[in-house]
Amino acid sequence: MALLRVEDIRKKFGKNEVLKGISFSLEKGEVLAIIGSSGSGKTTLLRCLNFLETPEQGRIFVGDEELFDGEANEKMSDEQIRVKRLHFGLVFQNFNLFPQYNILQNVTLAPSLLKIDTPQNIEAHARELIEKVGLTEKAAQYPCELSGGQQQRVAIARALAMRPDILCFDEPTSALDPELTGEVLKAIKGLKSGDSTMIVVTHEMEFAKNVADRVIFMADGVIEEEGTPADVFDHPKSEKTRAFLQNSLENF
Amino acid sequence: MNTFFEQFPIVFNALNVGFLQTMKLFAVTLLGAIPLGLLICFGSMSRFKPLSSVVRTIVWVVRGSPLMIQLLIVYYFPGLVLKTAIWGGGEHGRFIAASIAFILNYACYFSEIYRGGIQGVPHGQQEAGQVLGLSRRQIFFKITLLQMIKRIVPPMSNEIITLVKDTSLARIIALQEIIWAGQAFMKGSQGISGQIWPLFFTAVYYLVFSGILTILFSKLEKKLSYFKV
Repeated sequence: MALLRVEDIRKKFGKNEVLKGISFSLEKGEVLAIIGSSGSGKTTLLRCLNFLETPEQGRIFVGDEELFDGEANEKMSDEQIRVKRLHFGLVFQNFNLFPQYNILQNVTLAPSLLKIDTPQNIEAHARELIEKVGLTEKAAQYPCELSGGQQQRVAIARALAMRPDILCFDEPTSALDPELTGEVLKAIKGLKSGDSTMIVVTHEMEFAKNVADRVIFMADGVIEEEGTPADVFDHPKSEKTRAFLQNSLENF
Repeated sequence: MNTFFEQFPIVFNALNVGFLQTMKLFAVTLLGAIPLGLLICFGSMSRFKPLSSVVRTIVWVVRGSPLMIQLLIVYYFPGLVLKTAIWGGGEHGRFIAASIAFILNYACYFSEIYRGGIQGVPHGQQEAGQVLGLSRRQIFFKITLLQMIKRIVPPMSNEIITLVKDTSLARIIALQEIIWAGQAFMKGSQGISGQIWPLFFTAVYYLVFSGILTILFSKLEKKLSYFKV
């Protein structure tokens, strides 16, 4: 049974329909890359999964639990949304670390406030995650003392600390200098062996090709093409996909 | 008592008494205006339109008219127009009237500084808290508040140093603060008359006090400099 099932998600901003019926599913342990040009709705889709936006229509299931139903009449309370969004973690394009907390505190803040475990276990888990992203010696430093790539790795550890079922990345390397993207992509790749389920919105075509199990190409609010990296990159069926890939992979 | 050295101890004592009243007005204004400003700030940011427009109108009126006029209105309006002298005539009554005018005036200025501070915290901070499952309360107190405080320290220190000197406006309703005490030696007090230097000398008190505040605020700024916003 699929871990995540998304059915016919539709979202408008004013008159502008950004998502025009998105459906897909994801198995546990899979890495899904979502590619597409700016304005195609990739980020909005991730934000809908994380309840930062509310779709007008559609349904979202995690396992056999229905998280969202656009047909439901009553609005969900803040409390309900808070519980539901814990199935997902989100790593932002511009990190959004909490500047007044050091690295360890950034990772432990939410688990401590929500008391998901004993303080000792929370800290032990946090140190484990910080080690996993290779920043053990930075644990006592503050975000402003770290490079962008290091900050993004902390953001990954922070998202993992809440033990989400599905970890989402919203263009995790777009705000980074080119020489820093590698370390972040490596950290994400490192999680794959730990069988985390991930959705990565990215402009890094090589990464999508080599790390993802499945690729979705979005254009104008619909899924234009979907398949294994080999299907999408090497044998694209849609004209739009071909044009997009040609522009993205063009050699200068 | 003709020599300066004979006059000085008498003047010094009188100015100290006046400055105590100045400090009292300063402290009471801060204690009242800092929390009231936060309430006004939330009111002006409210999504409930009638509330936010009423609050914004009040802020406009208070910031748009002279504090001296506000002092006169608060002090004299009840007695002269409503014929009920709720403040009484004594120094205590003048102090209460002055405190009310100052607290309201400064709360309006503070509220705008707070609003800038809150709106200056990037929206991504709130979203980062949300996706980690934190409540609105937790997000405000554990994430937004300290970042807001760091942002508002410079404009608040500016406003608070202005307040030190604005307290002298209470002279207009004859509150016996330091300007009043200095002026007394012009018309005559304790055997000294026709002297203007005590009034000029009051400036030293303001200068020293604002110097101390400047040092305290830069300490606070340094304390908050371990992180960047």
